Amino acid sequence: MRLEVDITGKTFRNAAGEAHEVLAPLAFSLRPGEVGVLIGPSGCGKSTLLRIILGLDREFAGRVSRPPDARIGMVFQEPRLLPWRTVEQNVRLAVPGVTDERLAELFRILELESHRAHYPGELSLGLARRVALARAFAVDPDILVLDEPLASLDETLAGRLRDEIATLVGRRPVMTLLVTHSLDDAIRLGDRLFFLSPRPARIVREVPISIPRARRGEAELARIRTELRAAPANLEPK
Amino acid sequence: MLRLLSFALFLAIWWIAALFAGGAKLPSPPAVLNVIVAEAASGALFLHLGATLARVALAFVLAMSLGSALGYLMGRVRLADRLGDPWLILLLNLPALVVIVLAYIWAGLTETAAIAAIAINKLPTAVVTLREGTRALDSSLDEMATVFAMSRWRTFRHVVLPQLAPYVAAAARSGLSLVWKIVLVAELLGRPNGVGFEIGVAFQLFDTPRLLAYSLTFAAVVLVIETLLVQPLEARSTRWRPRAA
Repeated sequence: MRLEVDITGKTFRNAAGEAHEVLAPLAFSLRPGEVGVLIGPSGCGKSTLLRIILGLDREFAGRVSRPPDARIGMVFQEPRLLPWRTVEQNVRLAVPGVTDERLAELFRILELESHRAHYPGELSLGLARRVALARAFAVDPDILVLDEPLASLDETLAGRLRDEIATLVGRRPVMTLLVTHSLDDAIRLGDRLFFLSPRPARIVREVPISIPRARRGEAELARIRTELRAAPANLEPK
Repeated sequence: MLRLLSFALFLAIWWIAALFAGGAKLPSPPAVLNVIVAEAASGALFLHLGATLARVALAFVLAMSLGSALGYLMGRVRLADRLGDPWLILLLNLPALVVIVLAYIWAGLTETAAIAAIAINKLPTAVVTLREGTRALDSSLDEMATVFAMSRWRTFRHVVLPQLAPYVAAAARSGLSLVWKIVLVAELLGRPNGVGFEIGVAFQLFDTPRLLAYSLTFAAVVLVIETLLVQPLEARSTRWRPRAA
């Protein structure tokens, strides 16, 4: 039960027929219960990497092995809800097996109770993101992929959702892959941080965080932050 | 209210025009109403209207289901699109009259020939509209369905179909108006009943009141079906859309 990514390259051909190298050789693996964080500049190829890992893009050189029948929960960068279905239907359609209790629990945690019957067009972006999170959590996934899930949320809510992600990851042995621009999210949630180079993306630095998530107090976080700052400036996330 | 007003205006213009043109060319509203009442009393009106409506319904359902399936296929599968496209262009530009006459020659003056001819006329527009709709499908939602391992049927029912609904509605709308027009020609040329047949008879006798009686009743039926059936269905399929102010 491991997620193994070993990509030797990915080129993208644009409409004019020019080939662009999106990913350089790049390899990492995740164990259950582990949270890998991808940090890199905008447009470096993170989304392409995620699409390959999720099996949406098969035209690449290399190998990605996911455990067979792994349940995948995904939070896309945009919420990607079905506009013609209500909030509750959106979750139930993607996760037919979700129990009423679990749904109620998720909606309570994410403060969506009063929006169950609303259509996505009636929600703010922040609310729509929460629905996308509820949908991904409802899967009780083996592999959880989060593409900047906390962007454009206010600090209080982002903090609470971060805790919720941590709880979920702690409850079941989930292999989690988080893409973020926020170093703070990265060091609060991640077990291993992968810093990516600009396009074509490769891993320029891998930072393991050995302190368990639950025991990362403000003092520990500050220390990790200082350590990371000591790194060469061009490798810092922006 | 506004609708009633515009209808009253129509009647007024008709009546005034009738006074100028004379009863033979343009009979007044009461004269036409008399014919409608007489035809309704004898039952002939309902017989002919019923025959026409049955043909419309059959041809419409046939063309819509076949056309939607073909359009979806052509929108999804490149090979199907390439193979089907020349046929589509041919059918789109073939005059309705040619299809109807050929159908009657090849299949005889039968009900099957009439319904097939009407359906073939409507088919290509349904194909084109649904092909556009299929091409416009949001691939990001498809990806979402793939990642969450939604079954094929579930994806089709809840992800694809709602996106196609406006296109189906548009195809039904334009298709229905096309069928209304063509069905009368088909009846005129080769059927012993129906509104088109009656209009043919009225034409041969230069019986304008009768012609108007059948045309207007037919138009009224079309209007009723459009407002009571097509528009509510369309509104239902798009109820999730934010309303225009």
